[in-house]
Amino acid sequence: MVIKRSVEWVDERVGVSGFTHDTLNKVFPDHWSFLFGEIALYAFVVLVATGIFLAMFFNPSLATKIYHGAYAPMRGVRVSAAYGSALDLSFSVRAGLVMRQTHHWAALVFIAAIVVHLCRIFFTGAFRKPREINWWVGLTLLILALFNGFTGYSLLDDLLSGTGLRIAYSIALSIPFLGTWMAFLLFGGEFPSDQIISRLFFTHVFIVPLLIIALISVHLALIWRQKHTQFPGGGRTDRNVHGIRFWPSYATESVGLFFGVASVLTLLGGLAQINPIWLYGPFRVANVTGPAQPDWYLGWLEGALRMFPAWEVRIGGVVIPNPFFPAVLLPGITFMMLYAWPLLERRFTGDYAAHHLLERPHDRPVRTALGVAALAFYVVLFLAGSNDLIAKWFGMPVETVTWVLRIGVIVVPVVAGYVMYWLMSAYRRSGASQFTKVPLAYFRHPRRGPLPRARI
Amino acid sequence: MGRARKLLIGIGTGVAVALAMLTRRHMPEEHARRGSVAAIGWAFLLSFGASVSLTVIYALGGQPQAEGAMLFVALGGLSVGLVLWSHLLMPQGIYVEERKLTFDEPEEMEEAEEAFVEGAEQIGRRSFLGKMLAAAVGALGIAFLFPIRSLGKAPGRALFQTAWKAGARAVTEDGLPVRAASLLENSVLTVFPEGHTDAADSQTLLIKTPPGVFHPRSGREDWSPDDIVGFSKICTHAGCPVGLYQAATSQLFCPCHQSVFSVPEGCKPINGPATRALPQLPLAIDGDGFVIAQSDFPEPVGPEFWNFGRH
Ligand code: FES
Repeated sequence: MVIKRSVEWVDERVGVSGFTHDTLNKVFPDHWSFLFGEIALYAFVVLVATGIFLAMFFNPSLATKIYHGAYAPMRGVRVSAAYGSALDLSFSVRAGLVMRQTHHWAALVFIAAIVVHLCRIFFTGAFRKPREINWWVGLTLLILALFNGFTGYSLLDDLLSGTGLRIAYSIALSIPFLGTWMAFLLFGGEFPSDQIISRLFFTHVFIVPLLIIALISVHLALIWRQKHTQFPGGGRTDRNVHGIRFWPSYATESVGLFFGVASVLTLLGGLAQINPIWLYGPFRVANVTGPAQPDWYLGWLEGALRMFPAWEVRIGGVVIPNPFFPAVLLPGITFMMLYAWPLLERRFTGDYAAHHLLERPHDRPVRTALGVAALAFYVVLFLAGSNDLIAKWFGMPVETVTWVLRIGVIVVPVVAGYVMYWLMSAYRRSGASQFTKVPLAYFRHPRRGPLPRARI
Repeated sequence: MGRARKLLIGIGTGVAVALAMLTRRHMPEEHARRGSVAAIGWAFLLSFGASVSLTVIYALGGQPQAEGAMLFVALGGLSVGLVLWSHLLMPQGIYVEERKLTFDEPEEMEEAEEAFVEGAEQIGRRSFLGKMLAAAVGALGIAFLFPIRSLGKAPGRALFQTAWKAGARAVTEDGLPVRAASLLENSVLTVFPEGHTDAADSQTLLIKTPPGVFHPRSGREDWSPDDIVGFSKICTHAGCPVGLYQAATSQLFCPCHQSVFSVPEGCKPINGPATRALPQLPLAIDGDGFVIAQSDFPEPVGPEFWNFGRH
């Protein structure tokens, strides 16, 4: 009764029933692999909610004081206001630690969900025309998410994050010609400047979140406008959309998913310790922690820095320092390739048509093989980011581990890509409904045998 | 209050209030799919109870693990309830809806394009005004770039020099000068120039090497009095403090990316990604027996940059 009257009230004044009717009846295709984007969205909501709470207490200042708070082992130690307020958030503010840890876990899950979502889009060809714009928007969101993850954990002025900032400064410094100016402008002077924490704070809580919210809006509006893709079969074609209605089924389920994501993140935040800054201690210019690993999503860059040989380039009087290659060039190429992929693939396949039906990974063995090879490459880099820990586990010298990984970073992607190509071609040629039902003969001769479908 | 009591009181209250709710409200029995309704109802009730517990635990002073677990149940209950509701009791389709392949009718699109092109041509016809407009907008854009310059000092010579000067006494982080005679064999000390213990670029390792181990480069024979050597503590790879000294091999390790520097060979990098030796600080001992610097480092310290060779 109340609902009906409120709806009438709004409709009489705004006259939205026509638009709303279409909206409520909008059809959403459903598949488990479509959930990752939603998980990312809801992790972001949790990030904003917990972040607002944290910002009430965190003090982004480098003014120093003697700590007298609740954490006994640190009493009497000179700390910055930033580090001290992060300690207070962890030990004195009621519910503070849950919020802090949930926030950090949500950041890890946010980026993980984006990466998995990106893989889903890639391997099913959902980036093809007309969805290139959303592919680019999504990639930009990934970059912003990575950046904000880094600015977030660099804020607390603990020893681990201080080490990360120092490396970031050195990476900026390594850029030819522009590096010295860039490093000085970004950091407000030579490392460690007194500006960096307050700048990071404003970037982290205002500039980047604003950009992320704007781009998420564009991302969702485009999905709404273009309608979701769907897998082929069961009467689904390029000209229709099969699925459940937005209202009430899809909306209810989706809000349910939000609470599901939030519940897992709060459980992690309550029970799984993360970023225990009180163990790292406050930042000191001449101190360093070891072994030191960044958050997982920067592991590939850390690994590249560790694995890249001791090379540098000298041309005339100009030096291109060592970190430039693994930490500037590699990510640059990575994201350029990702941005260019829809255009490249179109060039090579000559497929300029619009598609609303998804492909299965075995429909496109070459794309799938290339994607798997690229993933393998970054996984090896990620492992190299922990070469010191691996060396410890196996009782080997770090140099040996590094050399094995240097070979692996070339060999593993090639092998993984080739194996994937072999498996997917056999699967495709066989026309089997499931991978486990592919007759063995097809694996022996993946390139022979009849080709059941027209697509190459 | 003890953790166990907080938990007990919190969860106890939650369960009690939830049970009270349960006795007062009956599930609508007439519903055709009673099992589904019951399951969803239980999920919401569980969530409700956990929220009550959460409130009580917080009111009693809070406890991180319990807060996390209660949030998990409260939010998770809602999640399960809503998803079940959607799947069990709401229409799941499959509905079919038409998909327009282009968003507007071709004629409409053409009209819109024409209107835009026509407008643009009107601007283009006045090529003088067009150029002026572009110039004005461009100039404003450049003007907006200038505040970027305010973000930091010019690099100038800052990266080429540190706070070390001829005669500066080496002091520890606490500002205490170092007496040469007090250094034991293989001892390592982080020092700064006196009065500059916050100068990050000046951090220096003093190492008292065992006699005969250190081989000075030619021209640097008098830089290591009493076998005390000074090297910049900033890794030449990416700037981490080179924190670890292994006396048995006289090697320095950087924990960040595992560069290894050999002290006897003038801190030359022998492993890892570093490409350049740690710069050496020329040392001397003053009349009172304290360690001092003869001058600043002969080259820039820390990670390299494009013009660092021009010192
Ligand atoms: S900073 Fe020392 S090895 Fe990279």
